[in-house]
Amino acid sequence: MRAFLESSVFFPVLMSVVFYLAGDLLRRRFRIGILNPLLISVTLTITVILLCDLEYSTYESGAKYLSYLLTPATVCFAIPLYKQLTVLRGNTVAILAGIISGSIVSMTCILVMSMAFGLTGSEYVTLLPKSITTAIGMGISEEMGGDPSVTAAAIIITGIFGNMIAELVLRLFRIKSPIAKGVAIGTASHAIGTTKAMEMGETEGAVSSLSIVVAGIVTVCGALVFGELM
Amino acid sequence: MRYIKQFVLILAVSFAGEVLNRIIPLPIPAGVYGIIILFLLLATKLVPLEAVEEAGRFLIEIMPLMFIPAAVGIITSWGNIKSSLFAYTTITVVSTIIVMAVSGIVTELVIKIGGHKK
Repeated sequence: MRAFLESSVFFPVLMSVVFYLAGDLLRRRFRIGILNPLLISVTLTITVILLCDLEYSTYESGAKYLSYLLTPATVCFAIPLYKQLTVLRGNTVAILAGIISGSIVSMTCILVMSMAFGLTGSEYVTLLPKSITTAIGMGISEEMGGDPSVTAAAIIITGIFGNMIAELVLRLFRIKSPIAKGVAIGTASHAIGTTKAMEMGETEGAVSSLSIVVAGIVTVCGALVFGELM
Repeated sequence: MRYIKQFVLILAVSFAGEVLNRIIPLPIPAGVYGIIILFLLLATKLVPLEAVEEAGRFLIEIMPLMFIPAAVGIITSWGNIKSSLFAYTTITVVSTIIVMAVSGIVTELVIKIGGHKK
């Protein structure tokens, strides 16, 4: 039985997706944003792997098919972006101001806190691109002498955390316009956050998608400067 | 055939993004090139919205699931994380909250200022 489940292509996917549904059910039942289905699925899946003493590669050999369509799905962010074009056009300055200030604040925050914690220069550049999309972030980290695998972990945790706390943070700081919500989520927590923005509404989703692209570019340029600061 | 045609279009754009990613020596992922390509195709009406809309909605809806394997993969870099776990976690949590608040507040402020001018 165990050997069969380990070699199954569908079992890892089925397990993680059922955990995701269970997480969604919990969130609906208790209406708590922290009960995030993605976080619950990842936590339960890791628990199963550790408890059953599995290798990640065993899980991944089946689960990787779940990620196969990630690039095509990312490409589809262009659709809400196009549909919301008129809304975006009237607010170009506000959107760009939000994304650029957010990206600079992100790198400043990481610089100041890395100094405060006494991190090494390599640990600092590992974290520097953590708010942007994985492929760009890992590229920056590698280029500057960071550890790309840790960068990827920081980026994913940032995304899940941003997805989890988006509603709370937006309410707390009274950010009410759909455009500002989209900028906030996309700039802070890239594609994983954007899936939450898509749930909130089409404008939020479109602006959040745009923020992934712009924040990525701003961070590539900004890292050249910030990388020299520590 | 409707869905097959939509899916083929999206796959073709993804492939074009992959090609650009391979040719251009920048750390920009295929998906980001793809967003730009599909957006330009839609904006120039070379591809009508109906030609990708339904398949696009489906892919975006199931997208959170696609992040699960990579997120579970964090356990493989655990060895490199644990030495600075407290610092990494604090920096990640605090900076994410601050960035979200600042970028949202700045955007809202600029929208309001622009609105008053009119």
